[in-house]
Amino acid sequence: MKQPHELREASVIGTSPPRKEGVAKVTGKAVYIDDLPVAGALYGVTVRSRVARGHLRGITYHPGVPWEDFHVVTAADIPGENTIALLEKDQPCLADQRINHPEEAVVLLAHPDRELCERARRLCELHIEPLPTVFDLDESLDGEVRVWGDDNILKQFSIDKGNVAEALATAPIIVEGDYATGAQEQLYIEPQGMVALASPKHGITVWGSLQCPYYVHKALATLFGFPKERVRIIQCETGGGFGGKEEYPSMLAAHAALLAWKARRPVKMIYDRHEDMLATTKRHPSRTRIRSGHDESGKLLALDIDFRLDGGAYMTLSPVVLSRGGLHASGPYHCDHVRIRARAAATNHPPHGAFRGFGAPQSVFAIERHLDKVAAQLGIDGAELRRRNFLAPGQTMATGQVVRDEIDLPELLDRALTMSDYARKRTEFARLNAESASRGTPIRKGIGLASFMHGAGFTGSGERYLASVVAVDATPQGTVRIRASSTEIGQGKDTVFTQIAQDVLGLPSHMIEVVRPDTAEVPDSGPTVASRTVMVVGKLVQSACQELRRKLSEGGLLGESYTPTEFASACDIFHQLGGVLRVESQYQQPTGIEWDDKTYKGDAYATYAWAVYVAEVTVDLTTYETRVDRFWALQDAGKIIHPVMAAGQIEGGVAQGIGFALYEKVVWKEGRMQNAQMTNYIMPTSLDVPDILVEFDDRATRLGTPAAHGPRGAKGIGELPLDGSAPAVASAVQHATGVLCGAVPMTPEDLMQALEAAR
Amino acid sequence: MSHNLSDFVAQSVQTLPEALRLLAEPADPSLGPWRPLAGGTDLMVTLAAGTLPAGRYVDIWPLDELRGITVTDQAIELGALTTYTEIRQHAQLMTEFPLLGLAAKETGAIAIQNRGTIGGNIANASPAADTPPALLAYDAELELTSLSGVRTVAYSQFHSGYKQMDRRPGELITKVRLRRPPSDAPGRTVHYYRKVGTRAAQAISKVCLAAFARIDGARLLNIRLGLGSVAPTPLRCTRTESVLLSGPLDEALIRRAEATLAYECSPIDDVRSTSAYRRRVTLNLLRELLQQCRSDRRE
Repeated sequence: MKQPHELREASVIGTSPPRKEGVAKVTGKAVYIDDLPVAGALYGVTVRSRVARGHLRGITYHPGVPWEDFHVVTAADIPGENTIALLEKDQPCLADQRINHPEEAVVLLAHPDRELCERARRLCELHIEPLPTVFDLDESLDGEVRVWGDDNILKQFSIDKGNVAEALATAPIIVEGDYATGAQEQLYIEPQGMVALASPKHGITVWGSLQCPYYVHKALATLFGFPKERVRIIQCETGGGFGGKEEYPSMLAAHAALLAWKARRPVKMIYDRHEDMLATTKRHPSRTRIRSGHDESGKLLALDIDFRLDGGAYMTLSPVVLSRGGLHASGPYHCDHVRIRARAAATNHPPHGAFRGFGAPQSVFAIERHLDKVAAQLGIDGAELRRRNFLAPGQTMATGQVVRDEIDLPELLDRALTMSDYARKRTEFARLNAESASRGTPIRKGIGLASFMHGAGFTGSGERYLASVVAVDATPQGTVRIRASSTEIGQGKDTVFTQIAQDVLGLPSHMIEVVRPDTAEVPDSGPTVASRTVMVVGKLVQSACQELRRKLSEGGLLGESYTPTEFASACDIFHQLGGVLRVESQYQQPTGIEWDDKTYKGDAYATYAWAVYVAEVTVDLTTYETRVDRFWALQDAGKIIHPVMAAGQIEGGVAQGIGFALYEKVVWKEGRMQNAQMTNYIMPTSLDVPDILVEFDDRATRLGTPAAHGPRGAKGIGELPLDGSAPAVASAVQHATGVLCGAVPMTPEDLMQALEAAR
Repeated sequence: MSHNLSDFVAQSVQTLPEALRLLAEPADPSLGPWRPLAGGTDLMVTLAAGTLPAGRYVDIWPLDELRGITVTDQAIELGALTTYTEIRQHAQLMTEFPLLGLAAKETGAIAIQNRGTIGGNIANASPAADTPPALLAYDAELELTSLSGVRTVAYSQFHSGYKQMDRRPGELITKVRLRRPPSDAPGRTVHYYRKVGTRAAQAISKVCLAAFARIDGARLLNIRLGLGSVAPTPLRCTRTESVLLSGPLDEALIRRAEATLAYECSPIDDVRSTSAYRRRVTLNLLRELLQQCRSDRRE
């Protein structure tokens, strides 16, 4: 018989068992939305505006298809409110009179023949009288053409600490810089898709590829004016999300449901890659202006940051993306006088949205590039400059949040520098580059770094408002079922939740079942975003399992220690006695966390993951192509539950970050993406991604005081690698070429231009 | 999915004469003439994108007589349906005409290489295709066949404008011929191929230079330059070649060649790259090639 302390020693936390959801995926048995057989289903297609802004004056259905066989839906067919309910209700589900971006859905068509749908789509002509447009973020802020509200500003706030004006006036050294990042497409493997059933008797049921079942649920209940219980959302196997399936699935689900409602038949809508790239959300493009004051040693005396995002035509999640961006804008550095002004502006691009990192990759890029500019100006090594400015426990961040994490950033930096042999390479490459330049040969080498942090869980009071719930029940056979709306989207959620439950209950993996997210079956544990699934929801899984165990032991059915068989028979007896073996655990904000939404003061996040990334590159001046040769990713993200999957998350995030830095450029024309194909939107391949050395430190656990907010001291890691990869690569490109590299993507064309401008 | 299959007619044929008979049929008033469909690696992409013109397609994939690589004393001949994979696997072709193998290796993914054909690549007439620069560097010949007979055309004369070519109605590209140089040809040979596509695989080129040169001491005896993606057609750079043959290969000559090449190419801005980048990199590649020619000399 196992003793409790032996259970602990044998914990699966920190081991890497095979993925629970893995076998179905690799054997092709997993059912994705387009695999779902639906008898009698119609196909649905979308007629889009194609004009960036205007008045919709009419619709013509040209002859060429049997229109009488089609189900046609326009805004007039919407039973409830014509909106995709999220933060605001500014975005219509189907455009009615006003068109605000070129991919706006106006008409929906359904027919049993998929090809006929396509022909009909082309025969449906929209008459749109154009209106003046705005595509440039700063032109939008100038407000000459108003495209949203009174001033085009979707959200603005400022974070103020100390007195920046005064500190800048007296600082001996002032450095200024402008930085920019581009839109980025999530490029999940599986394009978006939904199947909807609708009837007056049963209400609406939607199956789909999605991250956040309850977001879709809220949107559909509003759209149809239905009570909650008449809407049911079921997640199918989902081929990746990266934030791209956070808000857009509500739109596609709404379209499928409206067609199904009108046709009284099931409707399937699947985007192909082209439509998916054109119409769905991308990472917000950003511009940042930084003015900083320093003493001669490089110490930060004042930091004045102006952070701007292009939100696209509607609000969607821009205010929250802006918040996270602003809250990460000053980086892991201490400064007594900080002002961060953050604004998200509306343009006539399709709405930008959630993408792994959620605003932080944009603002972290700016501060990290700025520090390299400061380092170059002062003649100090970039690593040393960062060391002189690192935050330490007890110091305050820009919001006044006191650093309580057990963290030693100089130590983390030293380890990264040692791992990468940074100091030697820094000197060696500089010497080699000088030699190559004098010989006229084209190869340059560089090494650079970025240090950064990423807040885990929702921003500010977000988690308190969400008040997430996880339920756990046990069958008479002893199978424990975890019920949460958190979705498996490739990251291994089912496996990690199982490990957390096993850790509490001491049961083998096969006795833990993670219930597929279905709003009829699982409570709302919040969206699967914000690096919160392990830390926040995982903690609820842990506490619910503890409660379940307590329930069985309180009744005397379970001793201090037990075998799986004893656990099963305890469950059986409990059921026979007529008990309900189901418990719920709800998020409680930990004491000592204070946040003020109005002033942006307080504890922006309960805790942070901290990291130092180093990149080594080769630039070939024959073609201006940059190749990342090696990459070192060192982070302290608390206790790592499943090291193999966690390393996979970091590697994938670094690859995505390399794409963000060097390859992935959205080419816009009049608000439309011109390169919406994977042949012309250049995502790096496995041949373009180097060996990535991933290391995790967990200083808090090493010192015997695991981080408090997640299960067993876990924090969030999902978004972290996106923040630091691009600035580390850009830093290395600067070392190799002398070009500051203040804007990404830094394509070969851009690097050539920068080098020619510098000559 | 943006296409409508009912707009298309496709017919498979089993023999070359059968194919030629269909290709010789007059154009249908609504569906137009028959167009050949070989590996389909480009047609299927345009079909999926909804940009393939509706019409009649004759599937020539089953024609084994158009497959295979034949070596004679004078030439290596590739049937028009020879795939990139077959090119890569042919040892003698890879030894004597390595640029073709390098081009085949750079084309698409393995699945594309298994299906894509040399004849299809030529007839598709994309200025960004990977094999045409290599064919230009080797001064390849094309054999075109119709019901009225067989005709041979120098590949450098084949493309006349964007997607325009010297293929007469009813003709099918049946063979690509590479003349084997005499074994006692003077000088040292340089074969150069560089495709610039930004990512290391699965890329469409922004610039591609293929070159074959013979050099003796300080002088080029012969040079042929084939460029991709910098003009409406794959481009043979004869003016630059003439400059390079006009004197010893020194810095002054290289500069004159660069100036000539800058004039000879006519790159554009598009979704993949910029005119300025393509022109600059074209010249950089030329310099890299010529430095290779000179450094070989020193060895």
